[in-house]
Amino acid sequence: MTSTASRLRVSERNGVTCIGFIDRNILDEANIQRIGDELSRVVEGLVQPKMLISFSNVDHLSSAALGTLITINNKIRAKDGQLRLAEIDSQIQEVFAITKLDRVFQIHDSVDQALASFS
Amino acid sequence: MHEGEFAIPSRLEEMAKAEQIVLGTLERLGYDETAAFALRLALQEALSNAIVHGNESRPERFVSVSYRADAARIVIEIEDEGIGFDPAAVPDPTREENLRIPSGRGIALMRAFMTGVEFTPPCNRVRMVYERAKRTKQA
Repeated sequence: MTSTASRLRVSERNGVTCIGFIDRNILDEANIQRIGDELSRVVEGLVQPKMLISFSNVDHLSSAALGTLITINNKIRAKDGQLRLAEIDSQIQEVFAITKLDRVFQIHDSVDQALASFS
Repeated sequence: MHEGEFAIPSRLEEMAKAEQIVLGTLERLGYDETAAFALRLALQEALSNAIVHGNESRPERFVSVSYRADAARIVIEIEDEGIGFDPAAVPDPTREENLRIPSGRGIALMRAFMTGVEFTPPCNRVRMVYERAKRTKQA
């Protein structure tokens, strides 16, 4: 099953909700707000969320986008769920490393590796 | 030397205009993707801070942007009409107790991706410098 929300691509694989971004740049705050709202709705619809977010299509993101990811991660943890990030461009990886968010998020090179990491 | 100055109203959708002007200059000067990534990120953070925190998103207030660039470096100055702030009072977002707080990473990213970032008291003005030779590849 695949459905397309306005700023996200949402699909399901083996019980894991897989998210992809339509936008290459996740910078604009209004857009980030919409992405956050959509992600929140997905999480709220799941009992114990297992979510994988792929950044394969993303070239840029801002601190506001990081904030949204943290909020989503906090909501998933509150429901005893799991979040994985995958396919992050090397420059964006650096953003995660500088902010030490690579210690908060489980980041994998590929979607397959990320899927295999869910318990 | 390429240089210019302009002002944008305090609306987030105006930021794209500022980015286009500055990043277009970089492209004409032959700066690479690494530089464009760094400058886009730093500009986004500085403009967003100026609009949201400095000018409190009041559209009658403006954010002034000036830039000077040549093949070796670019200097960007951004000033808002707010009362300023104390950069030293901004909590370190990389401390363990702050890692799960959604906000407060903008200045840290600006400092990481620029060669230099200085706030002029009362800190409603920021000067960012990107030196190509020192930043061709992020450490």
